[in-house]
Amino acid sequence: MAHAYTPGLKVLAHTLVEKVRRLPLKGKVLVSEKDRVKAEDVVATTDLPGNIHPVNIANLLNVEAEDLPELLLKKNGDVLKKGDLIAETKGLFGFFKASVKSPIDGTLENVSTVTGQAILREAPIPVSVNAYINGAVSSIIPEEGVQIESEAAFIQGIFGVGGEQRAPIKIAVSHPDEVLEPRHIDESCRGSIVIGGSYMTYETFKKAMDTGVKGIVVGGFDYSDIKKIVGYDIGVAITGQEDISCTLILTEGFSRIHMAEQTFKLLKAHEGHLASINGATQIRAGVIRPEIIITLSDDLAGKGAPKHKIRSMDKGTVVRIIRHPYFGLLGEVTSLPHELQVLESGSLARVAGIHIYELDKEVMLPRANLEMIETE
Amino acid sequence: MNKDILSILATDCGSTTTKAILIEKQGDEYRLVVRGEAPTTVEAPFEDVTKGVLNAVKEVEELRGRKILDGDEIIRPQKGDEGVDIYISTSSAGGGLQMMVAGVVKAMSAESAERAALGAGAIVMDVMASNDGRLPHEKIARIRHLRPDMILMSGGIDGGTINHVVEMAELIHAANPQPRLGMNYKLPVIYAGNKKAVKEIENNLKEQTDLSIVDNIRPVLERENLGPARDKIHDLFMEHVMAQAPGYKKLMDMTDAPIMPTPGAVGYIMQVIAKNEDITVLGVDIGGATTDVFSVFKDRELKEPVFNRTVSANLGMSYSISNVLAEAGLPNILRWVPFEINEVDLRNRIGNKMIRPTTIPQSVEELKIEQAIAREALRLSFVQHKSFAVGLKGVQKERTISDAFDQSSSGDTLVDMMDLDLLVGSGGVLSHAPRRHQSAKMMIDAFLPEGITMLAVDSIFMMPQLGVLASVHERSATEVFEKDCLIHLGHNISPSGTSKPGRDYVTVKLTLPDGEKLERVFKYGEMGLIKAPYTAMPAEIIPAKGVNVGAGPGQSIRTELYGGVVGISIDARGRNPFTLPDDPAERVKKLQEWSRNVEEFES
Repeated sequence: MAHAYTPGLKVLAHTLVEKVRRLPLKGKVLVSEKDRVKAEDVVATTDLPGNIHPVNIANLLNVEAEDLPELLLKKNGDVLKKGDLIAETKGLFGFFKASVKSPIDGTLENVSTVTGQAILREAPIPVSVNAYINGAVSSIIPEEGVQIESEAAFIQGIFGVGGEQRAPIKIAVSHPDEVLEPRHIDESCRGSIVIGGSYMTYETFKKAMDTGVKGIVVGGFDYSDIKKIVGYDIGVAITGQEDISCTLILTEGFSRIHMAEQTFKLLKAHEGHLASINGATQIRAGVIRPEIIITLSDDLAGKGAPKHKIRSMDKGTVVRIIRHPYFGLLGEVTSLPHELQVLESGSLARVAGIHIYELDKEVMLPRANLEMIETE
Repeated sequence: MNKDILSILATDCGSTTTKAILIEKQGDEYRLVVRGEAPTTVEAPFEDVTKGVLNAVKEVEELRGRKILDGDEIIRPQKGDEGVDIYISTSSAGGGLQMMVAGVVKAMSAESAERAALGAGAIVMDVMASNDGRLPHEKIARIRHLRPDMILMSGGIDGGTINHVVEMAELIHAANPQPRLGMNYKLPVIYAGNKKAVKEIENNLKEQTDLSIVDNIRPVLERENLGPARDKIHDLFMEHVMAQAPGYKKLMDMTDAPIMPTPGAVGYIMQVIAKNEDITVLGVDIGGATTDVFSVFKDRELKEPVFNRTVSANLGMSYSISNVLAEAGLPNILRWVPFEINEVDLRNRIGNKMIRPTTIPQSVEELKIEQAIAREALRLSFVQHKSFAVGLKGVQKERTISDAFDQSSSGDTLVDMMDLDLLVGSGGVLSHAPRRHQSAKMMIDAFLPEGITMLAVDSIFMMPQLGVLASVHERSATEVFEKDCLIHLGHNISPSGTSKPGRDYVTVKLTLPDGEKLERVFKYGEMGLIKAPYTAMPAEIIPAKGVNVGAGPGQSIRTELYGGVVGISIDARGRNPFTLPDDPAERVKKLQEWSRNVEEFES
């Protein structure tokens, strides 16, 4: 069985976080190995080639493409200002000339004598990458980027939308099972990452966006409301590029589900601390989950982060049930029978005996439908 | 290579699992003996695909109880009881082969280029054409954004005008596209267009890209020539794309034949089977992220079999399950759910499957929901396939008087369900359904076969390995395909035409293997099942007036029918059109009745 169970999401109070910060194209790395960096420091930069404007000069001048060389007033590589003449016909006795002017500021890259097409390029677009978390540069990827290492509290969500944000944490509910409602969002939430409980409606999210909240972390949300936020159906869970001012991270899933106690407690312990969050999710091979990283102050770090072993499911392991009919409930593994068992659906699967806390009930569930909660 | 081959080891490196099969010669025939699997190891922390391959082979060794590996080496050739004679592999790990294709006219050279790329096993990220409605700067922005593994460019018939295809090359040059994997090599570009434009294409692209020139895909309007472009795609896939993926150089050294992209190999075996048995075939592989549809139908004009493959990149049962909901719409999914369910709850369940893709249905209710979604994923993929699997467009036809009454024109779909002989399903939801009856019912509902069609499933998705095997040792591949790969579910009889509910629609007369003669009458709107084994049985099928089972309206057919693990299924719900009751309560009642009649959930 390749997938006896779903690996758990990490909820770690103290761990070593490594983040690769990479440019989209080759460029220049601005820091050196072992440098200490702040989250907002730029660590690498590059210039993306400017936008291209194709202009078919032959068509505009109404001439054959092969006749263009003698009509060109600029040569390849020349710098152009918007409105500069690029080519002009000789006209009749110097009159009735047809001409083509540059529609942009940029350079003339190429003129084709086959198609009559000129390629004009705008100025390069500078792009930079910041460190995203406070830490030390642990390695350099020449011309491409760096890896930053930091001791931090690290929490993974299950699904998110919206990109990187950095802001202080604000706890808005008293319990992990409380619903985050519009009344919890007020002016004090502006510029912060708001932590909710089990669920919120679209109205709450809308109010948070309007108030200037930078991020929301909550247990559950309705799938159909995601469309209201991003404007389209998310059919495949590859996110992070959405153009929204408030990043959303779900820690548990779709529908109303209590935020895991450990997650809520850990976030509460860091109330007021700066957190780096990213809603980017990619559920494919090479899975990426949304994350909340709170780098630890030197007095908390220093002692060295504990190593986290990959654990296997055992008797006593705390798990979350991640599929109906007990979706969202927590329980404890009581047995791990070796033989495959027939499920109600008729499928054969490897199962585990689970004591469900909330129902005080013992059930047999497929291991594929269990998720460990990794807290240490 | 065809003589004295005693054993063959074949692997398929998927995105998550690497599967190995061992085929051995037993007496005079080749049979599958064991299979093993292990997680694929392309990604960190392993970053070496061969580790997963060796783990899968180790499982094969243990199950078979004989030595195949000597350390990290596969022992070859077989000596006594050790080693194997051939080792081959396919791969779709790392996202498979992602291509952009470009042509001049969207419905002609661009479509031919797309067919070549899909046939080679690629996912086509975009099809660009001079007349695709996008402005040049939009095309440039798109090319830049895509980062494909490879570009295939076509355009113009040989000797025709070169302007448009050169313009396309200029746009590609200006966009300076970067390859998806790695920053340190040039993007492979294949040019398969008008020969006359080669020099200009080279001027534009030779320095900037790794340019290959092959024969024109569409040398004349009336003919496609996909072979050279497809072979080049396979070569470049090996040399560039695979070479960038961790461990593939090692794997390439290990295999006795080039590594094929998984869907390319599946397409290959289907063509071999269709040719050898002179049948029409429709195959589907429904995965977690994508659904591939393959077909071999006869072109009515050319009178020869034509292979087509389409991949619906975002229709699947886990990673892309929410996209099935988005594309099909909730009402289309709900029409297959045989009970009432709250809409918000259903949407959340589908969303949760997307974000936790490895979960499995525990309850019957969850299974029914998942199979309802599968019907729509299959149906949508098939709609896409039908619109792509068409005759060549832009071809002038000679018409006779009788053609004047036939509305067909160039570019009609080649898919003719009445002409289909074999429908093969594979992929988790079809191969691993708790009962084979469910697989048969899903395929009938989604594809709506007509006339008489054999239904089958590929139980463990062996087609990729058999495809690459067919390229080096066809006999063993076809023998194993017939005996071990396919599970024959049985013939399906689906007459075409409408009637009134409750009226006699079709009569099936059948002589069972024990000599018992059976006669069953099916009324319009019913489904039924005749339990029978996979053996030839003399039969007569008598449709009602105006109803067609393949010989024309109202015409009976005498033939041989085969049963299978499900039996002979009869779908008398009608075709052209096929409809479900609009009233939800009535629909639920009918769904439950049909399900009982074909023993979908219990016998």
